[in-house]
Amino acid sequence: MAAKTLKIALSGNPNAGKTTIFNAITGARQHIANYPGVTVEKKVGHVRHRGFDIEVVDLPGTYSLTAYSLEEIVARDFLVNEKPDVVVDIVDASNLDRNLYLALQFRELGAPLILALNMVDVAEARGISIEEERLSELLEVPVVPTVARSHKGIDALLDRIVEVAAQTPPWTSSLISYGNDIDGSLNEIEEAILQGDFHGDTYPPRWLALKCLEGDQQILELIQKNSDVRSDVEEVCKRIARHTLNTLEEEPEGIIADHRYGYIAGVTRKVVKRRIESRLNISDQIDRVLTDRLIGPLLMIGILYGIYEFTFWASETPVEVLAMVFGWLKSGVSAVLPEGPIQSMIVSGIIDGVGGVLGFVPLIMFLFFAISVMEDSGYLARVAYMLDRVLRWFGLHGNSVIALLISGGISGGCAVPGVMATRTLRDPKERIATLLVVPFMNCGAKLPLFGLLIAAFFKTGEARMLFVFTLLSWIFALFAAKILRATVLRGPKTPFVMELPPYRAPTFKGLLIHTWERTWQYIKKAGTVILGISILLWAMMTYPGLSQERVEYFEGQEKQVQRAFLSHPSVQPLVPDVRALEELDRLAASLLQSSAEDDSGSLEPKKGNGVSQALHQIFFAAPSSPEEAEGTIRTAYTDYRSRMKTLQAARQREALLSTVAGSMGRALERFTAPLGFDYRLNVALVGGFAAKEVIVSTLGTAYSLEEAEAPEEGSLSRRLRNDPAWNPLRAFALILFTMLYVPCFVTVVSIRRESSWKWAGFSIVFNLVVAYVVTLAVYQTGLALGIGV
Amino acid sequence: MKKIIKMREMSDNQSGKIHRVMATGEMGRRIREMGLVQGVAIRIQGRAPLKDPVAVRLTDCTLTLRNNEADGVLVEVEAPTE
Repeated sequence: MAAKTLKIALSGNPNAGKTTIFNAITGARQHIANYPGVTVEKKVGHVRHRGFDIEVVDLPGTYSLTAYSLEEIVARDFLVNEKPDVVVDIVDASNLDRNLYLALQFRELGAPLILALNMVDVAEARGISIEEERLSELLEVPVVPTVARSHKGIDALLDRIVEVAAQTPPWTSSLISYGNDIDGSLNEIEEAILQGDFHGDTYPPRWLALKCLEGDQQILELIQKNSDVRSDVEEVCKRIARHTLNTLEEEPEGIIADHRYGYIAGVTRKVVKRRIESRLNISDQIDRVLTDRLIGPLLMIGILYGIYEFTFWASETPVEVLAMVFGWLKSGVSAVLPEGPIQSMIVSGIIDGVGGVLGFVPLIMFLFFAISVMEDSGYLARVAYMLDRVLRWFGLHGNSVIALLISGGISGGCAVPGVMATRTLRDPKERIATLLVVPFMNCGAKLPLFGLLIAAFFKTGEARMLFVFTLLSWIFALFAAKILRATVLRGPKTPFVMELPPYRAPTFKGLLIHTWERTWQYIKKAGTVILGISILLWAMMTYPGLSQERVEYFEGQEKQVQRAFLSHPSVQPLVPDVRALEELDRLAASLLQSSAEDDSGSLEPKKGNGVSQALHQIFFAAPSSPEEAEGTIRTAYTDYRSRMKTLQAARQREALLSTVAGSMGRALERFTAPLGFDYRLNVALVGGFAAKEVIVSTLGTAYSLEEAEAPEEGSLSRRLRNDPAWNPLRAFALILFTMLYVPCFVTVVSIRRESSWKWAGFSIVFNLVVAYVVTLAVYQTGLALGIGV
Repeated sequence: MKKIIKMREMSDNQSGKIHRVMATGEMGRRIREMGLVQGVAIRIQGRAPLKDPVAVRLTDCTLTLRNNEADGVLVEVEAPTE
């Protein structure tokens, strides 16, 4: 009887079009989770077809089902433990032999299989035609031709899935012959396993036997736990290995692989017809240029640099628009809500904090878009190929470049998916080395601070300056990797064998899905982690605050300054009391703000009451000479304002220092003073552990708090530029430190999930030490030589 | 005349047929699962800027191997006639 719900698994080689088929089947009805215990992404989608509710699980792309990589183990465990109703193996029709190698292993495992013969159009264009029916007969597996890009064959595939699942086929391991020697040993091991009543029916016994002969680590460990079976199995394995080495000079594993390919070749010989013998296809011709020994690297640098320029050019306007929207939101909320802790929390905490992060969404979106184009077109694999020799020198792998790029190797990006991308590295030591240096890259969260400081202090050639910082992050990451690989992570290099997939024009839908997935991860971070942290930091920077005594002291001081101004002979007739003065202050503030935005003189107030007259005299009746200005209300007011501002700055400074964050920042000054950092930067950097975006928002909060009462609204970058405590050297030191110091805690958690707490903890200490030493050296050298001060 | 050489020793654009995969363990498995097995026709497509890795064209795909990995693959090539 057919069940109403079906569970199917999609599998296939990387680049066989698995993701495209998955998207074509499930459309928008998909979500991403993780396989239990590991961070391998598990995409699950749903589709209704002919009354069946079908759950589609996208298995990681693999070439094989060995136990060498995490992806393969994950795929295998899923099949064995969850026993999906049908496994759909997506097979690249233009590369049938290699793709059938995986299909054969599904049959060995006994999974009810359907082959989706994908990209038959590409195959045909290359002069390859396949007789599907004959293929289906020979392999005893249903075959459905598809062209996922144009949705061809998707319905037929779903029909087939439902049909096959309705028969509820049993899982029967069907093995080919691997030659007399191997087959004989398989029988012996199978018998031993059956007698030992080993592992119930989770694994087919003959498949277990095959894996033992292949030297599969995971299965051998299982066998070793079972003392009945263990000695028999090990004995057979050793004997057959000795035998094949003597007679064929080959290990059983190699013989098994050769027989699989031999069987496949026998099948494809009967079903594949090739028309054209000339194989000089378009991809090869493109590669002649793009991976040329001389032109290739130059083009690569050009392409990577072009991605910068594109990203900044394309995101310029949306970033400005977003900044404007958040500006409006702030003034709107300030106008609606009464002054007090709630308004302060919403404006200084939430809007400044979250707005600062969301403001950079367009930048991140365009960068992810560019990376997706490189990934989906196949160019990223060429980058790994061209850079492998260089990366190997640093103890990394050609594939490390993908993790480094995603983490911000071309500025923007995020260490979290970067850390996840290290899964393509098989060697644990190479993987951990990559994991540890990935946080050095300039992720999108560091960009706001870099952008801010570059705009303030390195105004000439912003893109060029960012390029310099990107190069620096590469240099630090690579040399750190070299040091790690020579010390704590010493070990041999792993195989690089990798495919250069044919170039393909990326599909627009695929690009949008990739871009959106990554951008959404970033936005989600802003909405959850950053929102919480912003409020927490706002509270840390507001409470406990000044004692009542000090508040009274500052209020008394302010009153004194006010009284001094009011008692001035030129003031008294126009501004008689404190209330009038407050009105004057308010009008002056709004006048200054509007004149900053609009320079026309139309705002000149009518001559009416005393306050208006005072305002007129202060701002519009320009004296003809300095002598004439002597003793007027104009000079008196200027003097009053500057005294008030000094007083207020002192009050704010003391207020910030009296908060939790202030005392933390103060305590850290002892260590960070040699780097040129004061308590405000310390507070921001502490917040940056939560997420690097917080550095800018905290600085923004710190500076906006200090000057909340100042009428001149200026961008943070302008404020920093005009602050005498800041200079290019200090800005450079802060950028360096931010680039290198502790990864944000989301990254730390990801590192732990990819390795262990030990390495996650190590990454915090290691990065902090590197950041401190480098920044100290640079700042002190700069001071000594007087560069940028 | 045929002769058997290591894949590393092949020159750019040279064609040949895989004679034997000598690599064992993980490397051997990886090389095989990517389709480099006895009897497969290959051609050296090119080498990366620093002459390593090497790109190998199979009938239906292009693979890259490091030079030390290419050492584990013996290839039967046409010996130059002298």
